[in-house]
Amino acid sequence: MSEINLHEPEVLIREIRLGSITGFEGTAGELVSCAQSGKLTESTRSFSQCMGCSSSNAFCQLSMITDAVVINHAPVGCAGDAFTFNFVYRVGQMERNLEPSIGRYFSTNLEERDTVFGAVEKLAATVREVYERLHPNAIFITTSCASGIIGDDVEGTANELTEELGIPVVGCFCEGFKSKMWTTGFDSAYHSIVRKIVKPPVKKSNKVNIINFWGSHIFDELLEPLGYEAEYIVPFSTIKQLEHISEAVATIQVCPTLGTYIGAALEQVYGVPEIKSPPAYGIAGTDNWLREIGRVLDRREEIEALIIKEHARVIPQIEAYREKLRGKKAYVTAGSAHGHAIIALLRELEMEVQGAAIFHHDPIYDNSDPTSDALAHDVRTYGDIPNYNVCNKQAYELVNILNRIKPDLMIARHGGMTVWGAKLGIPSLLIGDEQFGFGYQGILNYAERILETLDSSEFVSNLARHSSMPYTKWWLEQNPFSFLGGNTHVDTY
Amino acid sequence: MSTLIEQPRYSCALGAQQTVVAIPRAVPILHSGPGCSIKISDLIGQGEAYAGGSTIPCTNSGEAEIVYGGEDRLRSVIDGAFQVIDADLYVVLTGCTSDIVGDDIERITADYQELGRPIVCAETGGFKSTNYASHEVVVNAIIDQYVHKFNPGGHVKRGLVNVFSSVPYQDTYWNGNLEEIKRVLEGLGLTVNILFGQLSEGVEEWKTIPDAQFNIVAGTWVGLGIADHLQEKYGTPYTHFPYLPIGGKETSAFLNQVIAFAEFTPAEKTKAEVFIAKEEGRFYSHIERTAAFMLEFRYGLPRRFYTILDANYSLGFSKFLLNELGILPERQYIVDNTPEEFREGIEKLFSEISEKRSTKVVFEVDGGKIQEEIRKDPKKNRALILGSGWERDLAKDIDADLLLISVPISYRLVLSCGYAGYNGGLRAIEDIYDHVLDTYR
Repeated sequence: MSEINLHEPEVLIREIRLGSITGFEGTAGELVSCAQSGKLTESTRSFSQCMGCSSSNAFCQLSMITDAVVINHAPVGCAGDAFTFNFVYRVGQMERNLEPSIGRYFSTNLEERDTVFGAVEKLAATVREVYERLHPNAIFITTSCASGIIGDDVEGTANELTEELGIPVVGCFCEGFKSKMWTTGFDSAYHSIVRKIVKPPVKKSNKVNIINFWGSHIFDELLEPLGYEAEYIVPFSTIKQLEHISEAVATIQVCPTLGTYIGAALEQVYGVPEIKSPPAYGIAGTDNWLREIGRVLDRREEIEALIIKEHARVIPQIEAYREKLRGKKAYVTAGSAHGHAIIALLRELEMEVQGAAIFHHDPIYDNSDPTSDALAHDVRTYGDIPNYNVCNKQAYELVNILNRIKPDLMIARHGGMTVWGAKLGIPSLLIGDEQFGFGYQGILNYAERILETLDSSEFVSNLARHSSMPYTKWWLEQNPFSFLGGNTHVDTY
Repeated sequence: MSTLIEQPRYSCALGAQQTVVAIPRAVPILHSGPGCSIKISDLIGQGEAYAGGSTIPCTNSGEAEIVYGGEDRLRSVIDGAFQVIDADLYVVLTGCTSDIVGDDIERITADYQELGRPIVCAETGGFKSTNYASHEVVVNAIIDQYVHKFNPGGHVKRGLVNVFSSVPYQDTYWNGNLEEIKRVLEGLGLTVNILFGQLSEGVEEWKTIPDAQFNIVAGTWVGLGIADHLQEKYGTPYTHFPYLPIGGKETSAFLNQVIAFAEFTPAEKTKAEVFIAKEEGRFYSHIERTAAFMLEFRYGLPRRFYTILDANYSLGFSKFLLNELGILPERQYIVDNTPEEFREGIEKLFSEISEKRSTKVVFEVDGGKIQEEIRKDPKKNRALILGSGWERDLAKDIDADLLLISVPISYRLVLSCGYAGYNGGLRAIEDIYDHVLDTYR
C-alpha cells in the first residue's frame, strides 16, 4: 500500500512506490496476471531513443494555475517546453472564454559557475525578483538534473522565502534523471500542491474534483442535474480554489496515470472519496463508472435512469458504426491509462487491436485498489490483446512493429509517433482531448473520427511514396524486441 | 543579483543537437538525461527531419549513470545507434548529467574512431553555454574529428567557399535563408558549401571544407569561432559581413564585399557585377511599384520598430527597415546572450545604422523585462515589433504589428520562407504589409 507522506519534500518515484515498469513484451493478459501476482520485473533496453522527463509533466500541471508562477531552477534549455505549455494555456483560455493571458514562467538560468559554487542565492534572488514583478499568489520551483546533482537546498530556500514573502513558495522535485517514468512528474506536482497549498476542509461543498489536463468540460452535464458542481483541476484553477479541494464530495479521475497520486492523497489525508472504477471508456466501462458515481454521490436511481436513456440513444448508433468498422485492424501507442481507454473504445467498436506500445505500466495505483486496473478491465470485458508492448516512446521498436503488422489504422496519444504510421502509409490519428472519448458519447466521437481517418488515405499513401526512412534495413528485419532485456546481444551489422 | 530569464528565446548548449540534425544524414547521439532532447525540439525543432525528434538516440541517464558513471550505457547506445540508425555521421553530445559526473566521452568516441566509424563527440552540457555558442563547438568538433581525417587540407580549390550564417533551427527561417545565400553567391560565380539543409550535399560536402579558397561569415558573431579555427587549421582566410543581409542595399553590400575578397579576374568580376545589377534591378522594380502605397496609404502604417531578436537579425532587419522601408528605429533588444567581447562592435554598428542616424541597443535575455519597458513607452504612432510568439499580447495591447522572426514562432508554419538576400527582402515586405493590411476590416 502506498502511503501518502506529506512530511517529505519529495514524492517517492513510481518505480518504488507502485512498482511501475517501462519494458515488457507479451500479451495484455500476461502483463495483468504478472502485475497482480507481484511478479512484474523491469526490462531495460540496451539501445534507447530520447524520452520525456518528469519536469515537463510537473510543469504541465503547475503552469496553468492562473494566479501562480513557475520558476524552473535549471539551465535555460530545460525551459524549452515553456512556450509549448503557454500555447496550450492560451488555447484553453479561448475554449473557456477567458481574457488572453500569458504564462509567467522563469528560468534561473544555471551556468557553469553555478554547478561549482551552487545556486541557492541565485534561486532566492530570482524568487524575490519574480515576486516584485508579479505579486503572484504562489510561486512553484521546479528542479532539474543540474540543480539536483549539485545538491542545492531548494526546500530550505523555498521555506525561508515563504516566511519572507508571505505567499507559498513551493519546491517541486522533478529531476529528470530520478525516474524513467515521466509521469512521476505529475506526482511531484500534486505532492507539492497537496503538501503546501491545499488546506484542511472547513465545510463540505457540493463540488466534485475532476483531475484532468485541459480537456473539455463534459462533466457539467452529468453532475449538474445530480446537484453537484464539477471542479476541474489543476489547470485553470486558482490557488484559492486549490486550497479548498479537500472539501469536495468526491474525486473523479479522467486518467489515473495522471491523477493516481492526488486522488489517493485527497482520500487518505482529507477523506475525499476517489471514484475507483477505471474511467468511463466503452459501454461496460461507462456503466461501471456511472454506477460507482451513483453510489458515492448517493444518486443511484438517477444514474440507473441515465444509463437506460443513454443506452437507448447510443447503442443503435454504435451498432451502425460497428457495421463499418468491424474487423479493421488497429495499433495503439499511448500513455498507460489512456492507452487502456483507447483499446476499450476500439474493441467496443469491434475493431481488432493487433497490438499496443504503451509507455509504462503501473501494476497498482496509489489507492491500492485492484478495481482501478483499466487493463484488467479491458482483458476481462473484451478478451486478451496480443503484442502488448510496454515501451517508453521508443520509435525504433514502433516502426519495426508497424512495418511488420501493417495495421489499417494507428492511434497515438503523444506527439512524434503518428508520423511513423503515416510514413509507412498507415492512416494515423492523434486525439489530444482525453475527454473526447469519455462516456457513451465518446464512443460515437471516436468512431466518427476513425472513419474520417480511414477514409482520408490519399495523404498517407502520397506521403509514404516520398518519405525517407532513417532505420537500417537490418533493423527492420530484426525482432522488434532485440534490444529489450538488458543483456541482449546483437551481432554487428 | 539574479540573471533570470523569463520567456526563453534560445536553448542551452545541448540545443546544438539541431546543428547535427540540419546536416543531411547525420544523427546526434545524446548522452543526457531524459527529456532534454524533447524540450529542445519543443522550442526550436521543426518536426523529425531525417533523424531528429523521436529518432534521436539517447542514453536517458538515470540515477545509476549519475552515481556509477554512464560510460557503459553510452557505449551500449552507440553500438545500437550504428545498428539501428542509417546515417553517415554520428555525433555524441553530452548533457548536464554527463558533464557534471565527468564521463570520459572522448575516450569512448576515440575507441569507435579507431575502428574507422564516422563518429565525433562534443561536450555540450546545458549549463555550459547557449546553443548559439555550442553551434560553433559542434561544427569545429566535426571538422577536427571527422573532416580532417579525410582531408587534412592543402588542396585549395579556387572559387570554393564555405558559408557560416544562420544557426540551423535556432533561426526558424534557416533553410530559406541558406538557400538564398547560396543562390546569390553562386550568382557571383562561386562554388558554395552551404553545409546545412536542403541544398547541402551532407558529409561529402563537409569533407571539402579544408579546400575552400576562403570562408564567409554572414552573421554578427556566431560563425567567427569556426572561421578563426579554419584559418588557424588550414590557413583559410575569411571575410566577415556582420549581420544577415536583407533586401537590395545590404545584399549588394554583402556581395560586393565578397567580390572584393575573392580575387576575381576582371572577367569574373564583371560577370559578378552584372549579376548584382540584375538582382538589384529586379528588387527595386518591386520597391518602386510599391512606393506609392508606402507613401500614400492613408489609414496608418507602422512608423517605428522594435526588434527583440538575436544580433544577426536585429542588425539585419534594422538596416533593412530603416533604409528600404523608411520605418524608424526605437530601442533594439538583442536577446542572444551575446558574449561580452562582441558587444562593443554591435553597439558601434547600431550607432551608425544609417549615414545620419544612431540607435540605441540593449543586451537583455529577460523577455519579461523587455516587454515591461516597451509597455512604458509613449504610443506616439503605430509600431512594428519584430520578435517572437511571446510578444503576441504585448503587440495587441500597444496596437503594434508583429512579425514573428525569433523562436518561439509557433503562430506560423515555416517551410522554405526566408528573409535573407534580395528574395528575402521582398518576402519581408510582403509579410509586414500583409499583416498591416489584414488589420483593416
